Amino acid sequence: MSLSGVSDEHEAHAAAAAAARRSYGRLVALLSARTRDVAGAEDALSEAFAAALADWPKSGVPRSPEAWLLAAARRRSIDAARRRRTAAEAGGHVQLLAEEMAAMAEETAPIPDERLSLMFACAHPAIEASIRAPLILQTVLGFDAASVASAFLVAPATMGQRLARAKAKIKLAGIPFRTPEREDMAERLDAVLAAIYAAFAEGWSDPAGAEAKRRNLAEEAIWLGRLIAELLPNEAEALGLLALMLYSDARRGARRDQEGEFVPLAEQDPACWDERMIAEAESLLSRAHGYGAIGRYQLEAALQSAHVARRLGRGVDWPAIVTLYDALCRVTGSPVAAINRAVALAEAQGAAAGLAALAAMAGDERLAQYQPYWAARAELLARTGERAEAQAAYDQAIGLEADPAVRRFLQRRRAAV
Amino acid sequence: MQYLLLIHSSEAAFAAIPKDQIEQAMGAYMAYTEALKKAGALVNSNRLQPVAAATTVRMANGKTQVLNGPYAETKEQLGGYYLIEAPDLDAAISWAARCPGASHGTVEIRPVWTM
Repeated sequence: MSLSGVSDEHEAHAAAAAAARRSYGRLVALLSARTRDVAGAEDALSEAFAAALADWPKSGVPRSPEAWLLAAARRRSIDAARRRRTAAEAGGHVQLLAEEMAAMAEETAPIPDERLSLMFACAHPAIEASIRAPLILQTVLGFDAASVASAFLVAPATMGQRLARAKAKIKLAGIPFRTPEREDMAERLDAVLAAIYAAFAEGWSDPAGAEAKRRNLAEEAIWLGRLIAELLPNEAEALGLLALMLYSDARRGARRDQEGEFVPLAEQDPACWDERMIAEAESLLSRAHGYGAIGRYQLEAALQSAHVARRLGRGVDWPAIVTLYDALCRVTGSPVAAINRAVALAEAQGAAAGLAALAAMAGDERLAQYQPYWAARAELLARTGERAEAQAAYDQAIGLEADPAVRRFLQRRRAAV
Repeated sequence: MQYLLLIHSSEAAFAAIPKDQIEQAMGAYMAYTEALKKAGALVNSNRLQPVAAATTVRMANGKTQVLNGPYAETKEQLGGYYLIEAPDLDAAISWAARCPGASHGTVEIRPVWTM
């Protein structure tokens, strides 16, 4: 092989990789929007990528790699439909695709963006809630089943099956690819945002950044958040979620010290926070507030904003934080928000008030195995001088924690009681 | 696409409805059926006799087994169905939500297998 052959091949690979990175979700969305056949679209697209790698080194990288890939994938869809389907259905399918190909033939037309519709299909209420985030990651971002599985701590084969079942459901049940009507928007958008936030939370749970896949997950979630905020610029909660993720990510590095030990928010050095991300989050949050439609993501972002105000040399406004948690508890009814509220209350009015708030929720069975509940209780009991009870609560918290750095932190706290 | 809306509801509860309210309940179904017709969405619909009238048949070891009663004893019973034409699942869901059966029972949406 000549030297130029090697470089052509290299260039073709680079162009295909760039197109995949840039446009994978866009192409899957467009290929599946009318047929609702996501798995078929993915297959056709992966064959098109293979064809590109064979063709581009010889005939050069096309002017619009995306249009080339789209046309190649469509031809494969049509062939597959002819092979697979019964005559009647294939007829309709082929005609649909042929019409679209003709429309696409006006080559310079920009490739329409159906990604939002695809996300709404993946987060449809008829799709099981726990598979929505993985499904979005796979179809919009092109994660393979093994990567999604490891990010969500599920066996790859199981994840593969669940993803395949969800795609089959989209197709067989006729789940529409569209942005919902006004009256359904809030609920449906909530499901999309929840899926994106679930992906972010999975990525966020690897504070050391030791697992490249998980770290990547948080970044990809932010990328999706940006996409949603761009496509639905008037949806306050979409802006709120993006702000929330940026506030959190701004503190990513500050959660561990140089020895890799856990640093709680109150003890983090604001100089380690990413000021540029915080500034962007602040501006998104104030834009969101302008729409006067408050929701959980804006409230959570506002809480982050109150905490990071410390970087400006101001004290943390604990009464304001309690008020925000009050609102968050009303909106979500989440026991997690109630725990954080109790902790804030302790800062604002003293440890006894915080303990009383925790005691009021002791009957909630979900809390028995929830580490932050026990850690919060332990911390407040220690402050009120109830040593034995505090140590018992710390033991419970330590036993429930999976992250070794947090476990060591809790053990140090327990020893200091 | 065609969807079958299966109405599952408690026969006992339906039987306990006072006489004056029966008419209202039936009226709601008739109005719903009319609305489906007007929208051109209705393919077919039927109310079923109670499960007491059901007979279950199965071949086992080459013998026909005939059993009195429904396939499965459940708290709610299949009481009727609507076969409708809808462009997608969302349209089917909005029809199912309007079905009176969704208020006094549960409506299951099943896409019809296309040959």
